[in-house]
Amino acid sequence: MSTSTKTIQDLTEQEYKYGFVTDIEAETIPRGLNEEIIHLISEKKHEPEFMLEWRLKAYRHWLTMKEPTWHNVHYPPIDYQAIFYYSAPKMKKAPKSLEEVDPELLKTYEKLGIPLAEQKLLAGVAVDAVFDSVSVATTFKEKLAELGIIFCSFSEAVLNHPELVRKYLGSVVPYSDNFFATLNSAVFSDGSFAYIPKGVRCPMELSTYFRINAAETGQFERTLIIAEEGASVSYLEGCTAPIRDTNQLHAAVVELVALNNATIKYSTVQNWYPGDREGKGGIYNFVTKRGRCLGVNSKISWTQVETGSAITWKYPSCILQGDNSVGEFYSVAVTNNYQQADTGTKMIHIGKNTRSTIVTKGISAGHGQNTYRGLVKILKGAANARNYSQCDSLLIGDKCGAHTFPYIEVKNSTSRLEHEASTSKIGEDQIFYCRQRGISTEDAVNLIVNGFCKEVFRELPMEFAVEAQKLLGVSLEGSVG
Amino acid sequence: MTATDHFISEFTRLGRESAAAGPAWLRLAREAAVERFRELGFPTLDDEEWKYTNVAPIARTPFRIGNGFAVRGLTVEELQRVTFGEMDCTHLVFLNGRFAPELSRLRPVPDGVRIMSLAAALVEEPDRLEPHLSRHAQFEDHAFVALNTAFIQDGAFVYLPRRKVLEEPIHLIFVSAPNGSPRVSHPRNLIVAEAGSQAAVVESYVSLGEAAYFTNAVTEVVAGDGAVVDHCKLQRESEQAYHVATLQAHLSRSAHFASHSVSLGGALVRNDVNIVLDAEGVDCVLNGLYLAQGSQHIDNHTFIDHARPHGSSREFYKGVLSGRSHGVFNGKIRVRKDAQKTDAKQTNKNLLLSEEALVDTKPQLEIFADDVRCTHGATIGQLDEDALFYLRSRGLAREDARSLLIHAFASDLISRIPVVPVRTGLECLLMTRLPVGIEHREGI
Repeated sequence: MSTSTKTIQDLTEQEYKYGFVTDIEAETIPRGLNEEIIHLISEKKHEPEFMLEWRLKAYRHWLTMKEPTWHNVHYPPIDYQAIFYYSAPKMKKAPKSLEEVDPELLKTYEKLGIPLAEQKLLAGVAVDAVFDSVSVATTFKEKLAELGIIFCSFSEAVLNHPELVRKYLGSVVPYSDNFFATLNSAVFSDGSFAYIPKGVRCPMELSTYFRINAAETGQFERTLIIAEEGASVSYLEGCTAPIRDTNQLHAAVVELVALNNATIKYSTVQNWYPGDREGKGGIYNFVTKRGRCLGVNSKISWTQVETGSAITWKYPSCILQGDNSVGEFYSVAVTNNYQQADTGTKMIHIGKNTRSTIVTKGISAGHGQNTYRGLVKILKGAANARNYSQCDSLLIGDKCGAHTFPYIEVKNSTSRLEHEASTSKIGEDQIFYCRQRGISTEDAVNLIVNGFCKEVFRELPMEFAVEAQKLLGVSLEGSVG
Repeated sequence: MTATDHFISEFTRLGRESAAAGPAWLRLAREAAVERFRELGFPTLDDEEWKYTNVAPIARTPFRIGNGFAVRGLTVEELQRVTFGEMDCTHLVFLNGRFAPELSRLRPVPDGVRIMSLAAALVEEPDRLEPHLSRHAQFEDHAFVALNTAFIQDGAFVYLPRRKVLEEPIHLIFVSAPNGSPRVSHPRNLIVAEAGSQAAVVESYVSLGEAAYFTNAVTEVVAGDGAVVDHCKLQRESEQAYHVATLQAHLSRSAHFASHSVSLGGALVRNDVNIVLDAEGVDCVLNGLYLAQGSQHIDNHTFIDHARPHGSSREFYKGVLSGRSHGVFNGKIRVRKDAQKTDAKQTNKNLLLSEEALVDTKPQLEIFADDVRCTHGATIGQLDEDALFYLRSRGLAREDARSLLIHAFASDLISRIPVVPVRTGLECLLMTRLPVGIEHREGI
C-alpha cells in the first residue's frame, strides 16, 4: 500500500502540463449579460439579422429558466453577470496564411503539441483552431473545398452560408433546450462548422482544438456538422486550458445532423484544467451535445475521453429518427482529486429497427466523484429497437465515489434491451500476477487501467488513441498498488 | 379542499374520536407525521422517486378510514378461498385494517414469543414497542409513510426473544371488504427478532369485492445479531384497488433477511423495500415478481443501504407485463464509505407480452467505498423465438409453447420462496393467472 500512496501523491502533485497563459492583447467587451451585450456580440461578428433575432429569442427564454439542480455535482453558484461573454485576440487584419498569424498564438499551439504547420504536412489533419472564441487559422480548406466540403469557423459559415446555418441551427438542440444550451444560444462566440455534401466521404479527419485563454471568459462555442445523403465524416475535438484560480465556465453546444445513409463519428479528448489538489479552480464543463439521425440507415457515433475539468456535465446523445439508424456512445471518464463528472448519454429510439450501443468506463481516484447517467428511451413506433449498455466503474482509493443512474423507458414490446453495470477495484491478484512477471506496480496498474478502457480507446482515431492513453497516464497511471 | 387537507381533517376527526389513545410517545410521533405529511403533500411526477408513478387517483379520492366491521357470512372457510387453503400456522386476520379475532387462529408458540395485534400490544406492552415503532421507517421524505404513521392504529406485532425459533410461519392476512364509500386502511406491522431468533412471516393482501379502496401499509422489521427473518408479501387485491406499501428492515450483525414480494393485483401498486445493513456480515436477499395485465400499474422501489463492511445483498426482480399494463422498477444500492468488502448484485428482468405494455427500469448504484464488488443488470425483451421454435418443433402448439415459457420465466422466482405452502399455492395460482399465450402479432 505504501507504494500506492506514494504514487498517488506523485501523481496528484504533478503540475498541470498545459498550464500557461499566452500574453496576448485580447479585445473584450464589458462583463455581464444583457440585450445590449448580445447586440454587441452580434454586431462585432457582422451577423445577419436572423442570427441576432435567434440570440435574443434565446436570451429572453434563458431569463425564464432556472439552473438545473438534479445532477450529482456540487459547485458554488455561478454569477452570470461576472463573466466576459466575448473575447477575441486583437489582430490588425485577417490572416491569409499561417505566416500572418500572431507568433504568440502559434507558440501556444506548439506547447500544446499541435504545431499547425507541421500537422499540415505530416498528419493530414485539417485543424480549425479556436483560440478564445475566434477561429484563427483554418488549414486544408482549399483541399476540402475541391470536394465541396465546407469546413470553417461558425462565424464564417454564418456570413458565407447563411442558408445552411439557418436551416440546421437549433434543429437538434433548440434554443430552448436547457439552461446552459440556451445561454450558449444567446451568447455563443464561435465554433466550427462542417458540411459534407451528398455522397462525399471526407478524406481526412476534421479536427478542432479549443482553448480557453483570457481569464474569466466563458467560452461558448457552437459546433454544427451536417452530413448529407451518403456522406461520411470523422471529427476530432481536443481541449486544453491553462491554469486559472477561479473557475471558468464552458457551455458549448454541438449539433450533428445525419441524413440518409450518412455517418458521423465525433471524437473528443477533453483535458481541461481540473483544478488543483484542493479542488480550487478548474473548468466547469457544461456541454450539450446531440446528434440527430434524420435519415434512414444513418449512424452517429460519439467517443469521448474525459480526463479534465473540475466539473463535467455532458450527455452526448443520439436521436434515432430514421429507420435502421444506429447510435453509439463510447466513453472513458476519469475523475481525480476533487473532480466531479456527471456524464452519460441519451438514446432516443424513434424509427424502426434502430440500434444503440453504450459502453462507458468510469475511473475515480482521490476524492473524485464519477456518475454515469443515461437514458434509453424506446418510443412506441420504434419496432425491433435494440440497445446494449455496459457501464463499468473502477475505484482507486477509498475516498472517491462511483455512481450509476441508468433510466430505461420502453414503450414498444418488440424491442430488446440489456443493461449491465459493474463496480470494482483493481484486483490484488491482477497486480500480483504482473509483479510476478517482473512488471513494476505502476506499470501493472497502467496496463490494467488501459485494458479496462481498451473497448473505448479502440473506437478513437489513431492520433487520438495515442494521446488518450498518454492522458490517462498523466491523470492516473500507477495510482494503486 | 385539496387532497392533503382531506387526510388531515380525517386525522383531526379520528383524533377526537379516539382522544388520547395510545401512549404519549406515539401521539407525538403521529402529530409529527401528520405535520410532515402536510408539508410534503402527495408526490407528483416531478419527484424523482415518483417519476413514473402518478398517484393522482389516490390523491383525488376522499378515502375514509375503514372500520373493522364484520362482513356478513365471512367465515374462516370463506377466507381460505382467497388465501392458500389450510396452512398449519398462526393466522392473524385484519379486516379493513382492524384485527378480527373471530377469523384469526393463534397456535401455541414458544415461551416469550408474542404474536398479537398492534392495537393490543399498544395497551399491553407499550414499552416493548417504544424503541422500534416508527423509529425505522422514516417519514421525513415519504408522504405515504408519514400518512401511515399519522394513522397508526392496528396491524400485527411479532416479538421473538433471544434464540427462539419459530418452526411455523406466521400468516398475516389483510382483507379489504369495500362497503359503499371508498375506504382506506393503514396497516402497521412491527416484527422484532432478537439475537439468534428465527421466523418466517407472510403478509397477504386480499380483497372481497371489486370496489376501489386504498391500502397504505408499513412494515418494520428489526433483526438482532444473527437473527434469520424471511418475509413474504403477497399482494393479490382486486384490480380496482390502490396499494402502497413500505417494508423497512434494520439488520444487525450477521443477520440474514430475505424479502419475497409478489404483486399480482391492484390498479396502482407501489412497493418500497428499504434495507439498512447496519452491522458487519449482514446477508440479505430481495426477490420480487410482478405480473401486470389490463391497465395495472405496478411500481417496485428497493433501496439497499450498505452502511457497514462485509455485507452482501442479492436482489432479483422479474416482471411479466401484458395488456396495457405499466411496470416500474427502481433499485438503488448505496455502499457507504466504510462498507468495504461489500458484495452486491442486482438483476431486473422484464418480459413484455403485448404492444401496449410499458416498462421503466432504473437500477442505480451509488458507491463510495473502493474495495467492493457491485453489479447490476437489467433486461427488457420478449419470448425467445428460438425457444419457441424448439418447443414447436417438438409438437407443442404455439400458444402452449408461449404459456410454458412465460410460466418458466415467472416460476424461477416462485421457486425461491422458502415457505412451502405459499410456494405451492403460488405455483397453482400462476397457472391460472399468467396471461395465456395469446398472440398479438406474428413473429413475437
